Amino acid sequence: MAEGAVLTAQTPAVEGKTRAGGTALAARLEALELPAGGFAAAARRDAAERLQAMGLPGARDEYWRYTDPAPFNAARPEPLAVPGREANLFDDIDRLKLVFVDGRFDAEASDDLTAEGLQIESMAQVGAGHWAETLYGVLEAEGQTPVKRPFAVLNTLVARDGLMIRVTGKVSRPVHLLYRRADAAADVVVHHVIRLEPGAELTLLETGGIGARSNTVLEVDVAEGARFHHIASKRADDARIGIGHVFARVGEGALFKSFALAVNGRVMRNEGVIHIAGNDAVAHIAAAVLGDGNEGSFHHDDTVFITHAAERCESRQVYKKVLKNGAHGIFQGKILVKPGAQKTDGYQISQGLLLDEGSQFLAKPELEIYADDVKCSHGSTTGALDETALFYLRSRGVPKEQAIVLLVLSFLADALDEIENDDLRGAILGRLDDWLTSRAAG
Amino acid sequence: MLEIKNLHVKLEDEGKQILKGVDLVVPAGEVHAIMGPNGSGKSTLSYVLSGRDGYEVTEGDATLDGESLLDMEPEARAAAGLFLAFQYPVEIPGVGNLTFLRTALNAQRKARGEEELSSAEFLKIVREKAKTLKIDGEMLKRPVNVGFSGGEKKRNEVLQMAMLEPRMCILDETDSGLDVDAMRLVADGVNALRSPERSFLVITHYQRLLDHIKPDVVHIMSAGRIIKTGGPELALEVEQNGYGDLLAEAN
Ligand SMILES: Nc1ncnc2c1ncn2[C@@H]1O[C@H](COP(=O)(O)OP(=O)(O)OP(=O)(O)O)[C@@H](O)[C@H]1O
Ligand SMILES: [Mg+2]
Repeated sequence: MAEGAVLTAQTPAVEGKTRAGGTALAARLEALELPAGGFAAAARRDAAERLQAMGLPGARDEYWRYTDPAPFNAARPEPLAVPGREANLFDDIDRLKLVFVDGRFDAEASDDLTAEGLQIESMAQVGAGHWAETLYGVLEAEGQTPVKRPFAVLNTLVARDGLMIRVTGKVSRPVHLLYRRADAAADVVVHHVIRLEPGAELTLLETGGIGARSNTVLEVDVAEGARFHHIASKRADDARIGIGHVFARVGEGALFKSFALAVNGRVMRNEGVIHIAGNDAVAHIAAAVLGDGNEGSFHHDDTVFITHAAERCESRQVYKKVLKNGAHGIFQGKILVKPGAQKTDGYQISQGLLLDEGSQFLAKPELEIYADDVKCSHGSTTGALDETALFYLRSRGVPKEQAIVLLVLSFLADALDEIENDDLRGAILGRLDDWLTSRAAG
Repeated sequence: MLEIKNLHVKLEDEGKQILKGVDLVVPAGEVHAIMGPNGSGKSTLSYVLSGRDGYEVTEGDATLDGESLLDMEPEARAAAGLFLAFQYPVEIPGVGNLTFLRTALNAQRKARGEEELSSAEFLKIVREKAKTLKIDGEMLKRPVNVGFSGGEKKRNEVLQMAMLEPRMCILDETDSGLDVDAMRLVADGVNALRSPERSFLVITHYQRLLDHIKPDVVHIMSAGRIIKTGGPELALEVEQNGYGDLLAEAN
């Protein structure tokens, strides 16, 4: 049976008043070209049912209180001019480059997929019985409890491309997903699945403009003793409207680290859902965000949910947002410690640096703990630049604009420190510095 | 070099008058000390000279080599050769001490139309100067003043001064919080900088620093004014008798 039939035949049921109307979902689905069959057929059927039961979020949904879901609910995005191509911040890094154009894998533009310790296929190449069947839409579905994430379900349902990456060894060369845009109206849905086998290692880089609107899902299964590093960077024109999801499962003694840099955008929502399943595991997720409301508008929302379901695990959330000219920054972060997850060490910090009075940072930190021998802390601050430090720098001859750049970088330092590799941190710092310096005057 | 004329300053917020007509001239090559009771306005004077926000000059002027400082941005004053060693050095988490020093030095060089120093040149100079002040490599790498002891912060101020080579150095209680050995290091650092083209304004409460850094002139400040100016013997008098007699005399 073609899946499309299941999806478009009837108007989905609508539950409750807080959900956007069923017609919105129907219109949303109608505007999308639905993939037929493929290795993910079962997952897509399941997603269809889940989405119809769930509906799209309304403005009064608890997890959408600070971000209006309307731009994600709209049937189509507004076209967004395609920017000229710029040098990539990771150009000096030896890496395996995999290119996506308007959300479709471009094998011609990409490096050869065969690399030691790696098995990489694009979704289109994958047939039934593939290893990714056990993960595609599976980590996403598990991540729907207790908080619904309808756009991730939508993604599982309609994603037409993405990479299935299996890591079997310690891979030292980072894999770089490079997104490019060609069609100004592209409404992109991408879904990647990554499985790190026990003891394997991978660094994943992501940069570039995904589409006029983007919806991405990254499902990562980090098996026992494996190590996964993820570094993403989003530029001003990369995604004016975008929602990104990371669903991670972290096994015994494994390490998961994700860092994102976002410099502008219009409406961005990033959901990080991390399930720490094995003992002695480590999971860190961090972001440095810089928003200037003068470039259109700026609204950046990070929504994180970390579940500790094993003993002696460590989690860290470090979120820093620098906001100016009426930019809005949101952070919703939760640590859930399940019964029996003893000796959990959970840490969360979210901080907003407001460069003017019109900007706003809202944080909703949450802890929910069902084990008695745990150490969890969270903190959130919102503040302006330290005038005393600014004067100190200027009294040493540092011009005001440059002094502000230094102070902003110092504010972001904790988040940047989450990038372990010096070269990669340097590349991110370079991008940051460029952005700050070019905008120092405004 | 530095000329302060009838300087009146009030706090912008509260309108409270702090400086009530300060007159002071520090010629090139001289070391002047300012002593005075707590709250008399010594730090305020140093902040106003270096351009901190929050003060309003209601009367008078302050010039460096004949040019008024008051309309200049703090960074322009620094580039013109003014330096303030803070009474309370500021902590800047996340900015490495070396980065800070290098940024400052190169910014000043740029403002004066000089070439920036290469990384290697800079490191060589900074290591040398740090060594004489017993500042180790670890301290240079740490974020500016973060977790430094009181004495370490003061030595770090002197290191900055030594690197930036200003012509007019204001030291606001750089001796407070220093142990005897550190005081000597700091004094040696200052004395090494003494030259016919460079002047110092040393704010202190204690005669001891002035044993090491011999002042040419000592000023006594009280309630926002210089109430007495004299030679080094004035500092000894304060040390022995306190301010009582001087204040009575002024009134
Ligand atoms: N920002 C401010 N707000 C309120 N009062 C202030 C402020 N700055 C200075 N003052 C007041 O101005 C007066 C002078 O202060 P200042 O710090 O200049 O004194 P000082 O001579 O340096 O004293 P000390 O020897 O204790 O360092 C004090 O009464 C102080 O309380
Ligand atoms: Mg003082």
